[in-house]
Amino acid sequence: MKSSSNGFIKSNRYLNWLPTLPLVPFLVALFVVLPVIVVASSLFTPNREIWEHLWSTILPEMTRNSIMLVVGVGFGTLILGVSLAWLVTAYNFPGRNTFEWLLILPMAIPTYILGFVYMATFDFAGPVQTFLRSHFDNLAWFPEIRSGGGAILVMTLVLYPYVYLLAKAGFQEQSQNYIDSARTMGYRPLKIFFKLALPLARPSIAAGVLLAIMEALTDFATVRFFNFPTFSDGILRIWHGLMDLPAASELAGLVAIFALILILGEQTLRGRSRFFQSTGKAQGISKISLNGFKAWIATLVCSLVIIISFFLPVAQLFSWTLLELGNLDANVFAVYTEFAFNSIKLSFLAAIFATAIGLILASAIRSSKSKFGFFLGKLATIGYAIPGAVIGVGIILLLSFIDHSLNEVYIWLGGTAIGLVFTGSLIGLIYAYIVRFMAVSFNSVDSSLQKIKPNVTSAARVLGANQWRVTWQIHLPLITPGIFVGFIMVFVDVMKELPVTAMLRPFGYDTLAVWVWQMAAESIWTGAALPALAIVATGLLPVYILTRVFSSSKS
Amino acid sequence: MKNFLLNKKWLILIFVVLTIAVLTTFLPTDKEEVVYVYTARHYGIEPVFIEFTNETGIVVKHTTASDAALRERIKAEGRHTNADVYITVDAGNLWLAVKDGLLRTIESSVVEKNIPANLRDPENQWFALTERVRTILYHPDRVSPEELSTYEALADPKWYGRLLMRPATHPYTQSLVASLIVAHGEEESEKIVRGWVANNPTLIDSDTRILETLAAGKGDVAIANHYYLGRLLESNPEFPVRIFWANQNVGERGAHVNITGVGVTKYSKNYQNAIRFVEWLSSPRGQKLFADSNHEFPANPTVEPHSIIAGFGSFVRDPINLTEYGRLQGAAVKLLNRVGYR
Ligand SMILES: [Fe+2]
Repeated sequence: MKSSSNGFIKSNRYLNWLPTLPLVPFLVALFVVLPVIVVASSLFTPNREIWEHLWSTILPEMTRNSIMLVVGVGFGTLILGVSLAWLVTAYNFPGRNTFEWLLILPMAIPTYILGFVYMATFDFAGPVQTFLRSHFDNLAWFPEIRSGGGAILVMTLVLYPYVYLLAKAGFQEQSQNYIDSARTMGYRPLKIFFKLALPLARPSIAAGVLLAIMEALTDFATVRFFNFPTFSDGILRIWHGLMDLPAASELAGLVAIFALILILGEQTLRGRSRFFQSTGKAQGISKISLNGFKAWIATLVCSLVIIISFFLPVAQLFSWTLLELGNLDANVFAVYTEFAFNSIKLSFLAAIFATAIGLILASAIRSSKSKFGFFLGKLATIGYAIPGAVIGVGIILLLSFIDHSLNEVYIWLGGTAIGLVFTGSLIGLIYAYIVRFMAVSFNSVDSSLQKIKPNVTSAARVLGANQWRVTWQIHLPLITPGIFVGFIMVFVDVMKELPVTAMLRPFGYDTLAVWVWQMAAESIWTGAALPALAIVATGLLPVYILTRVFSSSKS
Repeated sequence: MKNFLLNKKWLILIFVVLTIAVLTTFLPTDKEEVVYVYTARHYGIEPVFIEFTNETGIVVKHTTASDAALRERIKAEGRHTNADVYITVDAGNLWLAVKDGLLRTIESSVVEKNIPANLRDPENQWFALTERVRTILYHPDRVSPEELSTYEALADPKWYGRLLMRPATHPYTQSLVASLIVAHGEEESEKIVRGWVANNPTLIDSDTRILETLAAGKGDVAIANHYYLGRLLESNPEFPVRIFWANQNVGERGAHVNITGVGVTKYSKNYQNAIRFVEWLSSPRGQKLFADSNHEFPANPTVEPHSIIAGFGSFVRDPINLTEYGRLQGAAVKLLNRVGYR
């Protein structure tokens, strides 16, 4: 028995060499980063004249706004997301079970939709101010919604679920023993939260905040509604306005470098967390029941958040839809069903591939243990920090180059031109989504992987399991919550995605998001309302199902 | 654990079903006569395309995106592009498409007969389908038309805090400033735009919302496209905003006009169908449908404009060469940046 097991280890050593080199992460990262490199390559030939112009005019303001946005949305989502996640994980109060999944719902609303709903509701011509004007003479105190504050508010409201979901997964993955023993030792709840639960969940929380920040940085539609030019808006100003795509790519490249610094910074934050998960399945924290006043406060806070961020805007969309009902075509239902089906199909495919690639990348990096591999992993997530429009250009340049080469080879072989195979196909579109949303799936998986005690892996490896067995049999069950959270988030992100979809979709392949945008761009709120509701509804189903499966009340 | 396995099976099943669904979308459809359209204008176009198909049997397949994105796509797709026709809402974009060599000459006596020469590219690489006028709008309770005259006059300090305008990011603003540059040169134009900015205009990135805000009582004078008022009047004939044709006095150049235009791509594979399509769009039938869907002025002079915009009265147009919007767009954007117009 002993000798045979020794032989097994030996023979396997030869099979093991491959994953220990950062070859797999290198290839995967290259695949994901290539379109970004294609556009960012213009960084090497900067256009001085444009940069001098930008620096002396709009760049300082854009820099200021971008920093404000990052800080505002970062703090907003951190506070809202973490406190709500802790509330539903550690306490029992009336409606807790329902709030646990209700609080995720705002995630199904695209930022620009909440943006135009808030805008159309709260600006000067909107119903709220119109109503107030009929009762008060002076409305000067009413805050200007078309401002940086408005943009930060709206983005915080739709992006906090990223932090909430990941923080909740982080809290749930914690072993009950730590918290319970702290409780029996008489530590106050706040102290337990700050000294124990928060540091334990820090990798997940940091990952969530980073996602929210990047999403805010790459948003171009909402900041434009709110007259709040950020880098992302600047990139489009340079591309569309100054008609200088190379200069626009240069700015995008700079933002990407800035984001890479943020990403690496987040990693150092994680580095300080030294807690690991050792058991197979965490039991979760046992909940303390809140009574009386405290319980009602908890219920009230959850209700307020969900009403402001979800139910009010959805009610507004409903009322617009009702106004529109008279104008609707007879075949509108068939049309929207087709759009919805297209959206779901794209979201599912993108989520499957992004999750699978994220998983391969994260576990390959983990097993390679090299600094370079680690850097590659971070590099592969850079697409999340680059506006979709720029990624779209990168994909088009790359795929059309492949298509043209293919055609040349075909013709050289004596065939006839086959036309465009990848450009304008679903393959190109899915590829773009993977590039854009790799951060979402990778970070979700990776933050869960990081909590696995290194010796769980080492033990398995010593026993002769190769990398893929380690991943499949040992890591996978431990990180299932992370995988599913990543899957949901990619799914919902693709559902809401706009610039990439608009630019790369095949002919006649409209999605709900494209339709909403076309209506909203023309300020036809009532026409945008129905497809917007459809996006929200389609996004809700997977969110609901998957959160039920991983509800913290189940064990 | 069992729960998880169950879910995994479900996921695999759904994945397989979806993969099949995706593959079926790649199956070749029946050979049909088609024309592929890349269009940056999306409002109200489907009924027009359907009518064309009803009359000719040629199916219109279209995709929408931003102008710049569509151009970039046609450029990258090169001679294998699927696009036959490019439709856009700003003459500057057509100029850029010509500059990038994306379009070809439209050889059609029908189009030449239907569309006046000043609304066509000198080499017939594109022509206008409709005209849209960016002009001055006001609230009749707070402004009398005698107070209004030109775009330039809105730089007067008496309009401080009373202006509603579109941000510098929008091509509408950029083309308007390009037309100022043609009329006055850069230096003088910069003074005018500085005057607007000094009046602290409320910037709203939606012409509809600009007019609604004007109606609700904020600001007194706006610059917007005529058809947005047409649209609002159609749903509410009592809508309390009036239109004023700018720069109409003797010696003034006329109101600022832009176009919705169309071109045929250089590598169009369905060239005959593309020509039939653009000829039909220039014909009275196509013009009527296309222009009325958005309350724009038909480029074909034999076609009557929609009754609502006909009610706005006649006016003189700035006779500017439309390609100047493209040529001067960069200069206009830089000017806007310099004076702090955001
Ligand atoms: Fe418009």
